[in-house]
Amino acid sequence: MTVNYLQVKNIIYKIADVIEENKMYLTNLDAAIGDGDHGLNMSKGFKVVKEKLESDESKNIGDILKKVSMALISTVGGASGPLYGTAFMKAGMKAINKDEIDINDFTLLLEEALKGIKDRGKATIGEKTMVDTLEPALYALKASINDKLDCVECLDKMMDAAFIGKENTKDMIAKKGRASYLGERSKGHLDPGAVSSYLILKTICDEVKAIRG
Amino acid sequence: MVGLVVISHSSKIAEGIKEVALQMAPNALIECAGGTFDGEIGTDYNKIVNAIEKVYSKDGVIILFDLGSAVMNAEMAIENLNDKDKIKIVKCAVVEGAIAAAVEASIGNSLDEIVENLKALDINKA
Repeated sequence: MTVNYLQVKNIIYKIADVIEENKMYLTNLDAAIGDGDHGLNMSKGFKVVKEKLESDESKNIGDILKKVSMALISTVGGASGPLYGTAFMKAGMKAINKDEIDINDFTLLLEEALKGIKDRGKATIGEKTMVDTLEPALYALKASINDKLDCVECLDKMMDAAFIGKENTKDMIAKKGRASYLGERSKGHLDPGAVSSYLILKTICDEVKAIRG
Repeated sequence: MVGLVVISHSSKIAEGIKEVALQMAPNALIECAGGTFDGEIGTDYNKIVNAIEKVYSKDGVIILFDLGSAVMNAEMAIENLNDKDKIKIVKCAVVEGAIAAAVEASIGNSLDEIVENLKALDINKA
């Protein structure tokens, strides 16, 4: 199956809605171990993303993702701005001139997004960050594609791995960002970035499954 | 003269550092990029780009910052500017670094000399 540019836009609107619904949840997670602004920042960023896309005529998924990136970079004051901004920018560069994408394209976009986040934040797995959700998710997706599983099965496997990855951040000691100042005290709390990454991936999966019907 | 950009999550901190540094070196070229576009705590990509452009010359620019996301936004800003090699982010103590850099720039030290001397104020920022 493929997802066209209009469906990509709709998925992004849905991500904005999910972020809005989880604004206080993300902010409360961040208040426990960080500066308590993750949900508010993400909500501010995705509101602008929605506004920009609603008045945008591009039929090119690369352009759409680039616009998401610029909106996040310009409006999200916390670390999630440059991190998600870079992720959408790198993903967009692999979708230039595409008006539809399939699961293989999506895998490539996710891989680029993860690379972008790792380069920008200089984080590796196990440091209590978004990487702990995204990297296992990407590996599971790639393995499922290799095993020639059906598209929905691939996405389900990806989400299982993302969920475990996100949950694993609870027992980790933060090595990056404001939470790293807390050391041992950062244990026992989920990482807000790992949770927002999980929510974004989950929304993509749910929407793709809905499209497929 | 080498220009100086001070990035802080708080506009008050950035302005305060500029004030203190200018007291030592009144003719130094210093621009602030403090807080987000809507005046909240955080850092702002566009403010950083504008600040760099304001103090930029062929002599170069030194960027000093306070915490985490500031450096990510600064790196992203540099990637999107020409003459990347002339813009250096220094991970030293921001207040002491700004004063030292302002004094050195105002007496005509080069970008490389200032960067080298600021190493003494390095505090191993992540």
